[in-house]
Amino acid sequence: MSDYLEKLDHLTDAADPTLGDTEIQNYTINFGPQHPAAHGVLRLVMELEGEIVERCDPHVGLLHRGTEKLIEYKTYMQALPYFDRLDYCSPLGMEHSYVLAIEKLLNLEVPLRAQYLRVFFAELTRICNHMLNLGSHVMDVGAMTPNLWLFEIREDCLNFFERASGARMHSAYFRPGGVHQDVPLKLLTDIADWLDTRLPRLFEDAMSLVVDNRIFKQRNVDIAVVSKEDALKWGFSGPMIRGSGIPWDIRKAQPYDVYDRMEFDVPVGTNFDCYDRFMVRVEEVRQSARIMKQCLNEMPEGPIASFDRKVSPPKRGEMKRSMEALIHHFKLYTEGFHVPAGEVYVATESPKGEFGVYLVADGSNKPYRCKIRPTAFSHLQAMDFMMKGHMLADTTAVLGAMDIVFGECDR
Amino acid sequence: MGHSAPKIANPEGIAQEIAGLLGSMLIETVDHADELSFTVVRGKLADAMLLLRDKAQYQQLMEVAGVDYPERPDRFEVCYHLLSVTRNHRVRVKVSTDEDRPVPTVTHIWPVAGWLEREVFDMYGVIFEGNADLRRILTDYGFKGHPQRKDFPLTGYVELRYSEEDKRVVYEPVKLAQDFRSFDFMSPWEGAQYVLPGDEKAAAPAGPAAAPTPKTTDKPGVSGAGEPTDSAANKKSEDKA
Repeated sequence: MSDYLEKLDHLTDAADPTLGDTEIQNYTINFGPQHPAAHGVLRLVMELEGEIVERCDPHVGLLHRGTEKLIEYKTYMQALPYFDRLDYCSPLGMEHSYVLAIEKLLNLEVPLRAQYLRVFFAELTRICNHMLNLGSHVMDVGAMTPNLWLFEIREDCLNFFERASGARMHSAYFRPGGVHQDVPLKLLTDIADWLDTRLPRLFEDAMSLVVDNRIFKQRNVDIAVVSKEDALKWGFSGPMIRGSGIPWDIRKAQPYDVYDRMEFDVPVGTNFDCYDRFMVRVEEVRQSARIMKQCLNEMPEGPIASFDRKVSPPKRGEMKRSMEALIHHFKLYTEGFHVPAGEVYVATESPKGEFGVYLVADGSNKPYRCKIRPTAFSHLQAMDFMMKGHMLADTTAVLGAMDIVFGECDR
Repeated sequence: MGHSAPKIANPEGIAQEIAGLLGSMLIETVDHADELSFTVVRGKLADAMLLLRDKAQYQQLMEVAGVDYPERPDRFEVCYHLLSVTRNHRVRVKVSTDEDRPVPTVTHIWPVAGWLEREVFDMYGVIFEGNADLRRILTDYGFKGHPQRKDFPLTGYVELRYSEEDKRVVYEPVKLAQDFRSFDFMSPWEGAQYVLPGDEKAAAPAGPAAAPTPKTTDKPGVSGAGEPTDSAANKKSEDKA
């Protein structure tokens, strides 16, 4: 018996002081790639100290489809629908940058009505996008109802897109030189009614549940505070840079289409936290509705696409009667149009931030290089420093306030 | 009126200002479509960027884009797009490099460059000296090659599927049920880069033209022009008189 105890002697606390007290080490957890709060396919490798995040390494690229490579093998017009599929929550915002980049290389003038229609639908896209983001953000931090209510609005928006373009999500509505087709008057009056009645009612109802909610504030206020300097260094844009208190909006600073005729305010944050980013988006929805109403008031009658037949196809009726129109149509839909050699970087204010297209043309009918500048890429990269020292449960709030869609991030 | 793309006015004398700032680091300035591009010496990139940020107020690095020009000796171009939120202006800074010679990193100037450089490395194989975390970013774990290079095929080299036998995802060489369809709709009279059937004769050296072989018929009765002609040809000449 005593032999047995002697054998155990060196295993006691006296012999080895660490025994009994468990040494806890940092451990690493894997968040995603399939996680409802990851907003797509995001894998986060997180190193935790207890419940505090020490390090966070986002692994992206799980939705990489080689869009930029594919575009190099398509004509300029064939490449357009790829842009819908980048950020599939705000398709027209993506198309806007691309068509403006082509128009800049061609120095192509766009008829006024087309410019108004593009701004009008870009703003509808912004509302549509923010409905999804605000809804999923509140759901990520625990509220269910507002998301369902906001999806009601999103459903309305998608129906409007369908009536304008024929597709609910992947509209492919913008074209170099204008838009694809004119919209019926009834659609514009229906949207006007919707802006006056249904949108404010549903939206303000949903927001009344969230913005002053104690739990929502506990989960978002003072979470992931980003200073102005950090926001600049990390390449933030859109609601993220405005949430950090910098009044930077490309629609105001570098207006494109008819944004210089629009009157709207740029909301900025004051505490630079997740709650501010949320509230910036809430106000943007109201401002977007304001822009849309101005568009409806001011939109002139007239052509909706350029008359440059080397870029923009003729109307179908014209094509049936005119030989020249038929030739133009055939040439545009087989060979496409040629863009003079050169390079441009065109960035617009997409709902998520600065969405840029760096287009290098070599004079042929296909882009030589089309680099897409996604908004999510730089925002997600900042995840590591934004998460440092926060609790694991804050991850979803930080991600939700970033508004990330992987179609765009991974391309 | 022109295009309706974002209106960015070049501040007065900005090209000269930046040229003066960069001095000997600057190789070339291009002003195309109202956008300024500055090509700088590769080794001095970080110094140039620091000057642009601190002296010329370009606070934000928005984008790093690689471009591949296989016919050039330095085949890759790395384009940095800078934005000044105070001057409301954008410029582009370019360096060129090849597969082996590294580009100095700018991660110490803008931390956002970390992922942007990783992407250029992943897509083109450009090496960034000083980037501590130069892993692949968009492609698969264990991917080989640099897909945005012009000599990388659109379809890639491997495809993957779930193997029911192995109970895991397996990689296999790409097998296309149908060849990749690359239609060429370029007008042959507007600079298409290929020889149309028959055009090779025009390019051939003009030697003495061979005498054309005269068309003959074996018998007068087989004229090749149908029965009425044949019977007419068969008639003796005295019949005609």
